Amino acid sequence: MKVPSLRVTSIAAVLCLSAGFALVFFYAPLDVDQGFIQKIFYLHVPLAICSLAGFVIAAIHAIRHLRTGDPVHDVRSYVSIHLSVIFGVGVLLTGSIWAHASWGKWWVWDEPTLVSFLIVFLLYVTYYPLRYAIEDRDRQARYASVFAITAGAFVPLNFIAVRMAQSLVHPRVFATANGGLPGSMLFTFLVCLLGMALLWTCLVRFELAAKSASAKLSRLRRALEGETYAAPSGSRIAPGIVSRAPSALS
Amino acid sequence: MTAGSEARAHPGRRRGVSVDAFKAILAKDLRVELRTLQSVPAMALFAITTFVLFRYGLDRTTLSGSLAAGVLLATVLFAAILAINRLFVAERDEGGFDAIRLAPVDGTALGVAKAGALMVYLLVLEAITLPVFAIFFLDSWSGLPALAGVLALTDVGLAALGALVSVIAANSRARDLLVPLVLLPLLVPVMIAAGNAAEPLLAAQGPDYGGIGKWLGFLALYDMTFIAVGFAVYDFLLED
Repeated sequence: MKVPSLRVTSIAAVLCLSAGFALVFFYAPLDVDQGFIQKIFYLHVPLAICSLAGFVIAAIHAIRHLRTGDPVHDVRSYVSIHLSVIFGVGVLLTGSIWAHASWGKWWVWDEPTLVSFLIVFLLYVTYYPLRYAIEDRDRQARYASVFAITAGAFVPLNFIAVRMAQSLVHPRVFATANGGLPGSMLFTFLVCLLGMALLWTCLVRFELAAKSASAKLSRLRRALEGETYAAPSGSRIAPGIVSRAPSALS
Repeated sequence: MTAGSEARAHPGRRRGVSVDAFKAILAKDLRVELRTLQSVPAMALFAITTFVLFRYGLDRTTLSGSLAAGVLLATVLFAAILAINRLFVAERDEGGFDAIRLAPVDGTALGVAKAGALMVYLLVLEAITLPVFAIFFLDSWSGLPALAGVLALTDVGLAALGALVSVIAANSRARDLLVPLVLLPLLVPVMIAAGNAAEPLLAAQGPDYGGIGKWLGFLALYDMTFIAVGFAVYDFLLED
C-alpha cells in the first residue's frame, strides 16, 4: 500500500479539521441541556480517543520492535507515546474546562472516566524518566518497548477497574439506550474525529521525518568533518536511525 | 553435560530445563533471604510501624470498612515496594545476571523465579502483619480468612508487576526512584479492586460476602494478564 506523502497528510488534516470546526459552529445544533459549552465535546472526545489509540499503536510498534529488533519500530513507538502524552494534556485541559462549565468544578474525583484517564496519563509520563535512566541504547530501546507493551495491556484493565468502582456522571453520549447523538451531531463529531486522527498521524510523521533528517544531517557532517564531530543533543533516541555516533565523542 | 548444553542439544528438553532453573533460582533466593534476612523482616517492621502511625495519626481505636481496607492495602503496597527495590540488587551487584546468563538459563525462568520469591515474601509479610492489623484496629475477626484470600490474589498481581518493574529499575541509573514511579500507577487498578473486595469484609456490622465476586474476578483477570505479559517480555529484559 502506498503511503500518502507528508504534504498530502498535512493538507488533509488541515482541511478536515477546518471543516470539522466549521460544522461545529455553523451546522451542529446547540445541546438542549448544556448549550454552547457542549461544543467542546467535538474537541475533547476526539483528542481523548486519538490519545488512547496512540498508546495502543505505540504498544503494537513496541511488539514489532521486540520481534524484529529493528530500531525504526522503537522510534515509532516513542513518537506515538510522545504525541499521545501531548494530546493527553489537551484532554485533561479541555475536560477540566467542560467539567467547570457543566458541573461547576474543575475536577471531580468520583468520576471514573476522569480518574482513569489521569492514571493512564500519569503512567505514560513515567515513560520519559524510565527511558532516559537507561544508558545503554539497545537496552534503552528494549526496555522502553517492554514498558509500552505493559502499559498498553494496562490501559483497558484500568478503565474496567475504575468504571466498576464508581458511578456514572460523565456523559455517555454513545451508550445511552434511547438514541444517543442526533445525526447532525454524530456527523460533525465523526468529521472532527477524522481530522484529529489525521492531525495525530501527521504530527507523528513530522517528528519521525525530523528525526531521520537530523540523522542524515549528522551523518553528512561526520563525513565532512571526520570523526571529531560530536553528535547533536537531539540524537538521544534511536541510535539506529538518528546516528551511530561513537559515544566517546558525545 | 550441563543443563544448558543439554538444552541446546535437545531443544525438546528446554522446557524441563527452564522449570529446573526456575526451581533452583527460587530455592536460592529463599535460602539467601533465610540466611541474610534482608527483605521480609524490614517489610514487617515497616508495616507494623506504619500501623502505629495510622493508629495515632487517625486517632481511632477501631477501623472498619473502606478506611480499614485502605490502611491495610496502602501499608502492604509500600512494604512490597521495599522488597521490589531489593529484588535484583544481589544479581546486579554480585554478578548474578551474568552468571545466570552464562549458565545458560533463559530470562523467563529468572523473572518468574523472582516473581515467585516476591510472592513468598508477601505471603510471609501478610502472615505476620494481618494478625497485628487485627489486634490494632479490628473489633470482629470473622472476615479475616476471606481477607487473606483477597490479599493472596492481590499478591499475585503485585509480584507479577513488581518483578517486571524491578528488572527494569535494576538495570537503570535511577534504580530505587524508578520502582515507585512506574509501579504505583500500574498498581492502581489492583488497589481499587482489592480495596473494594476488602471493604465489605471489614464492615463494622460483620463481613458481607455479597459483592466481592466481581472484584475477585477482576483481580484474577489482572493477575493473569500481567503474568502473561511477564512470560512474553522477560527474555527481552534479560537478553544481554
